[in-house]
Amino acid sequence: MKMSERKLRVMVAKPGLDGHDRGARVLARCFRDAGFEVIYTGCHQTPAQIASSAIQEDVDLVGLSCLSGAHRYLFPQVVKLLQESGAGDITVIGGGIIPDQDFQKLYDAGIKAIFVPGTPLDVIVDWIKKNVKPLE
Amino acid sequence: MEIGKKIKAGDIRAASRLIRDIEDSIPEAKSTIKHIFSYTGKAQVVGITGSPGAGKSTLVDGLVEANRKSNRTVGVLAVDPTSPFTGGATLGDRIRMQRHAEDPGVFIRSLATRGSLGGLSKAVGDAIHVMDAMGKDIILVETVGTGQQEVEIINYAHTVIVVLVPGMGDEIQAIKAGIMEIADIFVVNKSDREGAGKLQRELMAMLDMSPIAAGGWRPPIVTIGNSFKPEEFERDIGKLTARVHEHYEFLVSSDLIGDRLRRKTMHELNEALRSSILEPVLNMLVSTGELDRMVEKLLKKESDPCSLAEEVARKYLQECI
Repeated sequence: MKMSERKLRVMVAKPGLDGHDRGARVLARCFRDAGFEVIYTGCHQTPAQIASSAIQEDVDLVGLSCLSGAHRYLFPQVVKLLQESGAGDITVIGGGIIPDQDFQKLYDAGIKAIFVPGTPLDVIVDWIKKNVKPLE
Repeated sequence: MEIGKKIKAGDIRAASRLIRDIEDSIPEAKSTIKHIFSYTGKAQVVGITGSPGAGKSTLVDGLVEANRKSNRTVGVLAVDPTSPFTGGATLGDRIRMQRHAEDPGVFIRSLATRGSLGGLSKAVGDAIHVMDAMGKDIILVETVGTGQQEVEIINYAHTVIVVLVPGMGDEIQAIKAGIMEIADIFVVNKSDREGAGKLQRELMAMLDMSPIAAGGWRPPIVTIGNSFKPEEFERDIGKLTARVHEHYEFLVSSDLIGDRLRRKTMHELNEALRSSILEPVLNMLVSTGELDRMVEKLLKKESDPCSLAEEVARKYLQECI
């Protein structure tokens, strides 16, 4: 039992015109079971809505899910808006239907990891635990 | 004090981080709260409570919209439950409020209960102070989906809205103690559904039998229809907003606001005493391993919890015992 305890806060968000959120919901549930506090913002979000919600919620990580094919615009846009608001320290990862040839472009734009369908859930949780450190 | 200044200037990042430090019980957060305390007390605080799925978040979204239309800045604190097994939480209230995500006049912050049982989070009082110090005109506090007993919201809000939906049970439910007693305003939500009229009549019968409250306020019942019909919904929310306003005016004019403030302050002092007295002692017991030894003793039936607690009190709280 410890009195002060840092807890990881993560946000799961779906940018753009994409109503397929089964995967995002499964992840939200899985992050909850991993002991994180998960904010889920629902479907059809603009990058600006996602960035401003992430700041209001003071999350450590934003997980973006996109199955519509617009990830090459939407994902970097979220990173850019976070940076512009002085919140570039928030880790952004992505997932969904992402072709192999787009990975590098997304990494270059500041997306720290990409997980496509078929990835075991604990791989994602382990990645987060290893790469996103709770606040000092 | 740098953070204090940022918060007074309305810096959302600083405010949200401070709320997080409070949630995580970081000691420095306390000193910031001390610093901003004198800037608090201006905001109107409205609590929204009711069972899971009653439509609280959607109502909050409507109230945000109505307040923004009259140019008032809004803070929202939305509480959802923490898992007792993993400590994790799914915070999904803001899904219903995302149309306000980009509005700089609205600050929505989700909180997990982290083991609190009263329908709120332990951090909620200080989180209200933070939003208050930021200059928000109105702060809407949405509780977790409540059952019958989670009434802690009365210690924080000027006005408590209890949201009910048709089909919650027979009229006996309406005369039970607890949540049915704390409403300043009742909402019969999803009133297009079967049973809404019956629920309204039961509430009226319940109120007819209730003793007249201090100052003579009788909780009004506001019916709110289908939120998927925007015009109707907006009209109904307008009725609710008017009632909230009336209740606040009533508190001010009847001077009952003083009583509420006293209750609020008393509660706050209670909590502060608890954390200032109990937490250091607990920390000590944990770090020295004494707590584990005490648990062992209890398991072996060598002592009982009361005697052990008294022993600790004799050791640390000499003057009181």
